[in-house]
Amino acid sequence: MVNYPSYFFLAVFLGIAILFPLGPLLLARLWAAKFAPQKSGEQKNAVYECGLETKGDARIQFKSHYYLYAIIFLIFDVETIFLLPFAVAFTGLPFGAFLALVVFLLLLVEGLAWAWMKGVLTWH
Amino acid sequence: MDEGLRNELTKQGVFTTTLEELYNWGRKNSVWPLQFGLACCAIEMIATSMARYDLARFGAEVFRPSPRQADLMIVAGTVTKKMAPQVIRLYNQMPEPKYVIAMGACAISGGPFKQGYNVLKGIDRYIPVDVHIPGCPPRPEALIHAFMTLQKAISGQKLSGPNRAQHLQPDEPSEFPIPQFGEHDLVPPSNPAVWKAPQMSQHL
Repeated sequence: MVNYPSYFFLAVFLGIAILFPLGPLLLARLWAAKFAPQKSGEQKNAVYECGLETKGDARIQFKSHYYLYAIIFLIFDVETIFLLPFAVAFTGLPFGAFLALVVFLLLLVEGLAWAWMKGVLTWH
Repeated sequence: MDEGLRNELTKQGVFTTTLEELYNWGRKNSVWPLQFGLACCAIEMIATSMARYDLARFGAEVFRPSPRQADLMIVAGTVTKKMAPQVIRLYNQMPEPKYVIAMGACAISGGPFKQGYNVLKGIDRYIPVDVHIPGCPPRPEALIHAFMTLQKAISGQKLSGPNRAQHLQPDEPSEFPIPQFGEHDLVPPSNPAVWKAPQMSQHL
């Protein structure tokens, strides 16, 4: 019977893995509390924005209409990346792989047709 | 420890040190500059940090893109009056202890653009400068020399007692007032707590 090693070393490893990042952080906190010169101020604690004063709120809303760009990007850019290996390996592909790729292409072509019909491709 | 005893021990091959010296030795060899340049002096500063001049030999190659992690501000270049408030705000946002090297004729006095209406005549009007480097621009060797001068100053800083370093004295300011844009000049034109106009005196 093979004597498998116990999983105890994994537990030790986990403990070290947790202590390794936490230890320096705790030491830094301790150093800051005990030794570091306490000189905080309004400007020092202010948000860093390359030396300028911050304006407005950091939480701004993006327009949800950007989803169109995401879809068009997927069709014209990501598809190109998949088309190249598809073209290279085309002659040696089994039927199943060919079918999968054609389904993938058709899905994206459907997206293109939808965007075309919606009029996204015309520049206003 | 007595200096004589220390010399005797060193001759016998026994190395002695104090906690203060050890601490300062660590500090002076890990000064991280703030990564920002204002004008042509910055090109020399970049050259200093690159392989040919290799500021890394002095432990200062880690240029930090945030003032939160920087110890040293190298004011490299012309400080325009429009830029001065930002420079001072960056200095204020650096944690203690912090040091300033004013690099080049412009940073120390306005340099060739001193007569310009929009040029600050030396960053030492608003923030305390530890080392001034003349030159237009100073060569990388000059910046390295200034850096070694700063290292010497750091290793001489006291950590306790009444003469302890400025950053350890709780009454000393850590932030300096930021000037506002006035009608003709920055308001105030200088910080009197940091800088005094040199007085001309005539001896007859």
